[in-house]
Amino acid sequence: MLGLRRLAVAASVHRPVRRLSTMSPPTSPILSVQPTRGLVDEKLKVVVESLPPGSPVTLHSLHHSEDEDYWEAFGHYVSDFRGMVSVSEDLSFGGTYTGKEDMGLLWSMRPVPGSRKGLRLRKMNVCSPMLHNISVYSGHVSEGFREQTPLTSVLVERWYMAPGVKRIDIMEKGVRGTLFIPPGPGPFPGLLDMWGGGGGLIEYRSALLASHGYVSLAMDYFNSQELESADLEFKYFETAFNIIKEHPQVIPDRVGMFGLSLGSLVTMHVAAESTIVKPRCCICVSGSHFYPRDRTIKEVIMEPRSNSHRLRIDENNHHVWRDMWIHLLDDPSKKVDVGKINCPILLVNGKDDQNVPADECAEDIALLMNAAGNGHLLSRVLYPDTGHLIEPPYSPHFRASNFKAAGVATKTVMLLWGGQTKPHSDAQEDAWRKILSFLQHNLYSSTPPRAKL
Amino acid sequence: MDRKQCIVKLFVQPSRGLVDENFIILVQKDLPGYQLTVHALHKCEDGHSWEAFGHYISNAIGTVNVSEDPSLGGTYSGVEQMGLLWSLRPVPGSKPGLRLRKMNVQIPMEVTISVYQGHQTEGFMDQVPLASVVVERWYMAPGVSRIPITEDGLTATLFLPPGPGPFPGLLDLWGGGGQLVEYRASLLASHGIASLALDYLTPKITMETRKMVDLQYFEKAYKILEQHPQVHGSSIGMLGLSLGTSITLKMAAYSEVMKLRCAVCISGSHVQPVDGSMEDILKHFNKNADRTRVSEENEFIWRDLLLPVPSDLAFKVDMGRLKCPLLVVVGEDDQNWPASESAMDMKEMMEQAGNSHLLTVLSYPNAGHLIEPPYTPHARASLFRSMATREKMMALWGGETAAHSLAQEDAWRKLLVFLRENLYSGTNPGTPSLSHL
Repeated sequence: MLGLRRLAVAASVHRPVRRLSTMSPPTSPILSVQPTRGLVDEKLKVVVESLPPGSPVTLHSLHHSEDEDYWEAFGHYVSDFRGMVSVSEDLSFGGTYTGKEDMGLLWSMRPVPGSRKGLRLRKMNVCSPMLHNISVYSGHVSEGFREQTPLTSVLVERWYMAPGVKRIDIMEKGVRGTLFIPPGPGPFPGLLDMWGGGGGLIEYRSALLASHGYVSLAMDYFNSQELESADLEFKYFETAFNIIKEHPQVIPDRVGMFGLSLGSLVTMHVAAESTIVKPRCCICVSGSHFYPRDRTIKEVIMEPRSNSHRLRIDENNHHVWRDMWIHLLDDPSKKVDVGKINCPILLVNGKDDQNVPADECAEDIALLMNAAGNGHLLSRVLYPDTGHLIEPPYSPHFRASNFKAAGVATKTVMLLWGGQTKPHSDAQEDAWRKILSFLQHNLYSSTPPRAKL
Repeated sequence: MDRKQCIVKLFVQPSRGLVDENFIILVQKDLPGYQLTVHALHKCEDGHSWEAFGHYISNAIGTVNVSEDPSLGGTYSGVEQMGLLWSLRPVPGSKPGLRLRKMNVQIPMEVTISVYQGHQTEGFMDQVPLASVVVERWYMAPGVSRIPITEDGLTATLFLPPGPGPFPGLLDLWGGGGQLVEYRASLLASHGIASLALDYLTPKITMETRKMVDLQYFEKAYKILEQHPQVHGSSIGMLGLSLGTSITLKMAAYSEVMKLRCAVCISGSHVQPVDGSMEDILKHFNKNADRTRVSEENEFIWRDLLLPVPSDLAFKVDMGRLKCPLLVVVGEDDQNWPASESAMDMKEMMEQAGNSHLLTVLSYPNAGHLIEPPYTPHARASLFRSMATREKMMALWGGETAAHSLAQEDAWRKLLVFLRENLYSGTNPGTPSLSHL
């Protein structure tokens, strides 16, 4: 006892001498994930402490989607001499991602074994967060996570909407969409946000953009019966743009357009041809500029069907659409007149885009704009091994998924988007940073907008 | 000047955080040398509005970083990363004696952070800010379960951390104001400790029978924790503030049932009738009610009721009987309880008994009685319903705001380390446990 006291006097607190009859206190490791409630584009810091030194563990993330599917990711780690694992500093030796990957537990998620095929993870209700269970398992585990009890786990919320962002249903002048307004008095710059040929009202990117200070209108532009002619359709986009522009909390000359896939096409077309609408800047992700004059979007989608001999089906039965459009490169009447674009435009593309020939289109757009004398307005980024669906960062990558074109009588097919998971995820992270910087520069900065990043 | 040219961007990171997490506030103005006021507004559950503000000047690149730049005036000054929270005070015109406490922990506190032009001190509600964002402050991490406990006549709430467990456990006691106050227990569960918030002054059973609970009430609460499948039965601690300290010390020293792994006593005393019940303890305090002092502002000072610390061993807990580590936290400006004097006497008793190696005392100059989780606004005095008289009186708690807030931050950090080191066995034996404190 005396010896114990001498030792103990040096420290102000001493752990009690354990009675043999009592069990030892919990030896579970301590897992901390910061932030436990964050925006989807914020980085996570995942640290495990109080492990035995040099012990193999698996870090696992599990998500139960709105469609009732399970998605998981995991990495194999070994604790250091202090009994710690830090995901941002240590290497994963195996799992759904390897190497030093601070966000691997999110972007490398994939449907659990036994899931339906062709799934894609998309958050439809942005007013609630995505929930991820982050757990630590003993040893290097690769399957059967559900049958084992983890050592410890925490629940993490990932939000598309910052607190205070307002969500407003829009049903105005025939335009259907959802408007997201940042908190605060404003006024704010605005964005018209358009997705692609899958149609529907996809809100998450707009919610996220509003969380970064932009009034954003997510548009549903596919299912209307009224949009039977190209003319009517064009007016629909102009009307939507003006709804944002005329909003009391929007700075009227700071409204841009943001499109992905077909949405890109619409963006370029409106920017080039509209006499009413003048976007301050444009972002076009994974888009082509093939827009036969005086045709509706539906007709644009149908156009390549007349070239169905160009449709490829790969060895996995995935439909590859990229080659269906290439021949249009040679026909100016089938392309947006990009020479008429009057504002900075950022093109974001993946080199392995199997849905549109993004690389070739970007090249062609550059040629056309340089020839027209407005090439200084163009910025472009092209990411290697990156596919078509360049989404906000840390979203899982899908090389192919089920797709049904909206408003068109086709069946669901497995469409090949392209990309390899790791480079595609790096591209998403980098692209988002560049996109936010481009928007900040062109819509927020007080100096006159310049095209180059 | 084109107003659109002067767009201000305001970032607060994280926008959703736990109440004990720091946040970073950045203001981007693109104009150097620009005078700004950063303002916080919170509407509490009682409907009262609280505000705080700091005066800043943008730097050479037109930004203000609240964690690095000094506030030149307002409700706080100097470089104070969290000043906008801890210096919150009722807006002008509010009724006196308010105290900010979150009763519903399942929804967050919402704080609106805004930027105003110039160095303003009032009339914020009549102006339009340059920018504002909403920040959520949570007492409960995602995945923490909240379980009301009503068995065995208890009025309590158990908060379980997410995950399989088992977890260490903690009994969490507040003071003489009574009620079931959950926020500290939910916050501790957010740090991995299964915590039971216990109402022992106004539980259902007392409200119905008009009788105070006996000491077995606390032992029942302990048993609920001990027997819970997700709690590690031999790793249970107890934490008490104010009157809660009296119970904690009594249980730690005398209970045959409770085998506490460690105890934390905040702003309390070991002075009480050793063989007394709950009722006896309260009666003992009231015996010296004539020693109540009243300040110039008509605030009641009750610290003298237990002074001087008696030498009669029948009236103070025999500290020599303690077998577990004890963390004692006191504010030197405590006007409600003689916490400092008691701590000194406790230390003496333990030195004489030979168990003082179990004791750590954290003593904070200019801190008052209500040493709460960090960034809780400081209340130097507030309306308090005394259990004895049942009247609402203005109690003086003490403390000077900046020093008290610093104490809260420091004490909480050390409390978490203390709990983790004593309730888990993850640390290597032989390392001086709290030498880094």
